Amino acid sequence: MSTFDEEYSVPINSAADIVVARQKGRALAIQLGFNGSDPTMIAAAISEVARNIVNHAKHGEIVLSGVHDSRRQGIQVIARDDGPGIANVEQAMQYGFSSNKGMGVGLPGAKWLMDEFDIQSQVGKGTRVSMRKWLV
Amino acid sequence: MHVPILKQGGYLIATIQSVLSDADLLQLRDDLAGRVGQFRSRGVIIDVTVLDVIDSFATRTLRGVAHMLKLRGADTVIVGIQPDVAFAMVQLGLTLEGVGTALDLEEGLAFLNAKAKRGGVVTRTRGAAAPLSLATALHGARTKRGSSRT
Repeated sequence: MSTFDEEYSVPINSAADIVVARQKGRALAIQLGFNGSDPTMIAAAISEVARNIVNHAKHGEIVLSGVHDSRRQGIQVIARDDGPGIANVEQAMQYGFSSNKGMGVGLPGAKWLMDEFDIQSQVGKGTRVSMRKWLV
Repeated sequence: MHVPILKQGGYLIATIQSVLSDADLLQLRDDLAGRVGQFRSRGVIIDVTVLDVIDSFATRTLRGVAHMLKLRGADTVIVGIQPDVAFAMVQLGLTLEGVGTALDLEEGLAFLNAKAKRGGVVTRTRGAAAPLSLATALHGARTKRGSSRT
């Protein structure tokens, strides 16, 4: 069993949980071998997607795990909630677009910080953001 | 985690002690707004050395604090942003536009002192009008001081 087989779930119910999620993410990133500014970038991306949950859905979870394909290893961050969902995902991913009190930086910013970024959302059902960063 | 605010001469120094939640940041904003009035401070240093991440919310709040304190007549300087944190902020496209930043506490104090020395006179304006009005202002001040002595 390596650290790649483990999965950590952090429930997000309040702003304080955002700090817990990003600290767990940073710790896992370091465990997986990320160094330099990578753990901070991963923590910042987690902070943004977790905040998205708090601001729009109120409750959700962040699931952190190691991930690998045939040639490389990395970290996977999944943020999911059963909130109101996003009607126009394309618009939500535009830099500077904000539906309420934010700066409209969160989701597009998180995408820039990670290597892979995928968002699925259904109105009335919830949102699932999946992000990966690979160890080069 | 409550952020202690120290009074240092005409300045206030808020040193963040641990990773802050959103509520802590908002509390800091309210505390500083109150203290600036209480101590009639002209400058505020916020030391963020220990912050692991400065995300969009933290950036927006720090910017808000600085602009609010400016309206209360105090300049704010953020000190101690770590290299990795700065790098992630750049990647996120976050800026602290209109907010003073300095490397550390020492540089932060120097920043505020330099600002105080300029005394709010717009020194960046080029052209004949600026130096002239500056000279007039200085002359006026000197005359005033001189006349009050006699």
